Amino acid sequence: MTKEDIIQKLKRIVEPYVNHTENFNNLTETSDFIKDLEINSANLVDVILDIEDEFNIRIENDDMEQMLNVKKSVEVIQQKLK
Amino acid sequence: MQKYQSILDQLPYQHPFLFVDEITEIDLNSIKGSYFFHNQHDFYKGHFKGFPITPGVILTECAAQIGLVSFGIYLLKMEGKSTKNLNCVMTSTEIEFLKPVFPNETIKVEAEKQYFRFNKLKSSVKLYNSVGELVLKGQISGMISTEKHE
Repeated sequence: MTKEDIIQKLKRIVEPYVNHTENFNNLTETSDFIKDLEINSANLVDVILDIEDEFNIRIENDDMEQMLNVKKSVEVIQQKLK
Repeated sequence: MQKYQSILDQLPYQHPFLFVDEITEIDLNSIKGSYFFHNQHDFYKGHFKGFPITPGVILTECAAQIGLVSFGIYLLKMEGKSTKNLNCVMTSTEIEFLKPVFPNETIKVEAEKQYFRFNKLKSSVKLYNSVGELVLKGQISGMISTEKHE
């Protein structure tokens, strides 16, 4: 799976939880889930669980702590898919 | 002394906003508890004028205090975590109300764990009235932990 494929899937996963639509429409690799997209911490858990289902991977506490923006999340997903 | 007194002791509520009398069963997947809605509750004076019915938000709160907070305290304990500095926040509800609950009814709450991951507990809850009829059903989520949260 290419990085672009992962980002496309990630966009679909986060969209329902986004509270800042403009920043979502201008999503970049450095977009921060909490600060830029204004996803709250409870919904961030849902994002992580949806990522687990979508990519069929298991994310641990240490992984989640790193997954604060698009780039970091893609890295963790790629690592798990290896 | 009740069987699950240690859980009740750690609930961060008190009168007039404690809506748990008893935990009757609990394991890693589910919890059952009950509460008696005494007719002296202040909210019956206003909901409604001359026609007291337990407000839906209070039923939801009751379901959450049993199905999320009591349950969460137990699940944290079972993970070997301290429940001393408890933080709990209800974060979402999706509830249907099927029948009214009148003053002086004892209700029963049954909740099943959907997941408890990254400090977020999501439970499906059912609340039954004093004759065993289903009066509320839905899903409630909250963050529960012993650390600081936003």
